[in-house]
Amino acid sequence: MMDTSRSPSEASGFSRKLAATIIIVYMVVTLIPISWMVATSFKSVDSAISYPPEVFFEPSLEGYVNLFTNRSRQPKDYLDSLPPPDTWYEELVRSREMVITGPSKFLPRYSNSLIIGFGATFFSVFLGSLAAYALSRFKVPLKDDLLFFILSTRMFPPIAVAVPIFIMYRKLGLGDTHVGMIILYTVVNLSLSVWLLKGFMDEIPREYEEAAMIDGYSRMQAFFKVVLPQATTGIAATAIFCMIFSWNEYAFAVLLTQFNAQTAPPFIPTIIGEGGLDWPAIGAGTTLFLIPVMIFTVVLRKHLLRGITFGAVRK
Amino acid sequence: MAEIEIKNLHKSFGDFVAVKNSNLVIENKEFFVLLGPSGCGKTTTLRMIAGLELPTSGNILLDREDVGYLRASQRDIAFVFQLFALYPHMNVRNNLAFPLKMQKFSKTEVDAKVTEAAKLLRIDHLLKSKVSSLAGGDRQRVALGRALVRRPKAFLMDEPLGTLDAEFRELMCLELRKLHDDIDATTVYVTHDQQEAMSMADRIAVMNEGEVLQADSPKIIYNKPKTKFVANFIGSPGMNFIPIKEKITPNQSSIKLLDSSLKIPEQREGTNSNENFLGVRPENLKLVSENGVKGNIFGVEYLGSRKILTVETQLGNIKIRVDSDTQVKINEQIQFDTLNNNQIIFDGSNDMALQSEFMN
Repeated sequence: MMDTSRSPSEASGFSRKLAATIIIVYMVVTLIPISWMVATSFKSVDSAISYPPEVFFEPSLEGYVNLFTNRSRQPKDYLDSLPPPDTWYEELVRSREMVITGPSKFLPRYSNSLIIGFGATFFSVFLGSLAAYALSRFKVPLKDDLLFFILSTRMFPPIAVAVPIFIMYRKLGLGDTHVGMIILYTVVNLSLSVWLLKGFMDEIPREYEEAAMIDGYSRMQAFFKVVLPQATTGIAATAIFCMIFSWNEYAFAVLLTQFNAQTAPPFIPTIIGEGGLDWPAIGAGTTLFLIPVMIFTVVLRKHLLRGITFGAVRK
Repeated sequence: MAEIEIKNLHKSFGDFVAVKNSNLVIENKEFFVLLGPSGCGKTTTLRMIAGLELPTSGNILLDREDVGYLRASQRDIAFVFQLFALYPHMNVRNNLAFPLKMQKFSKTEVDAKVTEAAKLLRIDHLLKSKVSSLAGGDRQRVALGRALVRRPKAFLMDEPLGTLDAEFRELMCLELRKLHDDIDATTVYVTHDQQEAMSMADRIAVMNEGEVLQADSPKIIYNKPKTKFVANFIGSPGMNFIPIKEKITPNQSSIKLLDSSLKIPEQREGTNSNENFLGVRPENLKLVSENGVKGNIFGVEYLGSRKILTVETQLGNIKIRVDSDTQVKINEQIQFDTLNNNQIIFDGSNDMALQSEFMN
């Protein structure tokens, strides 16, 4: 008997199960490194480097404490002369025969990442939407060539121009500054942003802004009040792509930042413990680093799912 | 409300001429329809009045002030789009309030005006609804509400009923006309649907290929079309054009058709050409038993209150409207004659109607 309860355009039970299996396998493969990283962040230094690796272990917050503090080892008689520790993290450090000498550079690095990441995302989307609107609505001379030219900036890896940018930034005094990094990431993202958003703008009927202009609004006001709200889907999708790039960017950050504007990616792998890399602290830093971009993506996910289909099912 | 005057208005897009030196005067409080086939320039004309396109040359006067090159926002005109263009991210109330927010009214004034407009259009129960949840007719009412809420000098409508289904369209035709009268509006309405035009308009301008061919009341447009195009475009079925192989001279009052002679209104003008057309509407012909033009019944369409006969003659197919109880058979030989004096001679050289006793 044929199953007539489903329409012929729906997938059959078997192919649905097959699809689910493939997705689950893929998900496990991708999630293993991430779960290993999160697990490492809760290990003690010894258990993190033990061989064979420990899958089950006693959880510890040592990694997180190490991430946020600078410590120094002290002789036992000096430690005994100190008053008892006030906090749980001091106690943890004390039990390793060390004292906390101050906060680490993680928080400033992390806030640099937030400022530069969100700053660059904002400007990429803002400038991108203005350019996309103009390219979508106006007769721009050599429009097609211009669009190709904009796209061509992404036809080589951005790091290929690292040396000229390094020299340029040093001459302009933009090296190791927030402004410099925001400009750089904005420029790299802009071509993607213009192309993505132009597609979305093309789909918004002109009548909306024409209606607004007849109702007494200038073109700029119509753009902000009528066109932009309808491009939300496109803006969300574009913002996620731009955010992920500028949040994760490593090479330029290593090259151009050092003290003032260093972001988290070049900082985290250099966290040194006693006699080598402090793996739990690195795990903790990476886990915390993952959180903002995860929240950002989850918040905008509804739009993203519709967004990456490029509006094919809008209206 | 205002009078709109269009003087020598011309618009071209590159090589394509959309509107050719058009002249129109739209009176205060008039319901004026621009009618024509698609691509005839009617929408371009409307968009120039609105300020969405700038004229290549010519003037647009709104209350005797030249607004042809002003921004749309500076003209105090409202526009209803074919697809309504309701802002999907706002609810009905905000859609209606949107034009007012630009005019610096206080919040209570805005609320009062929105409520008044909503009551007038009977959409006051929908103010909190999302635009996407509305039915076609209600969307239409919201679009009208947004147009009239700030009481502009004129309403421009671009095929606003085009996307509605037939049932709603008839209803909205009535409502639109009533609304126009209730608020003493000046309305310019674009459509390609002659029935909409005939049923609503005070005056109709028929356009073709960028030119205004005739602007008159529906009755004159229908009965006394000035060109063959207008005669053919208006009416369903359209006017019959019977070829006449003779030159018409002033004061002539009959013509030869095949072997019979047909009476026509006394002509005031003559034709340039020897090949002309006699224009006669199907309802102005009748079946006769003798001395008529002969032909065979080719088809019969029963339309309830009437029948349309298609008669095959040596002059081509001719349509005749008869009462629905007239009994005829396919291939039956019949004769027909004119019912009255409403015939028009079109000059074959330029398709213009000749002046005559009737056409005056």
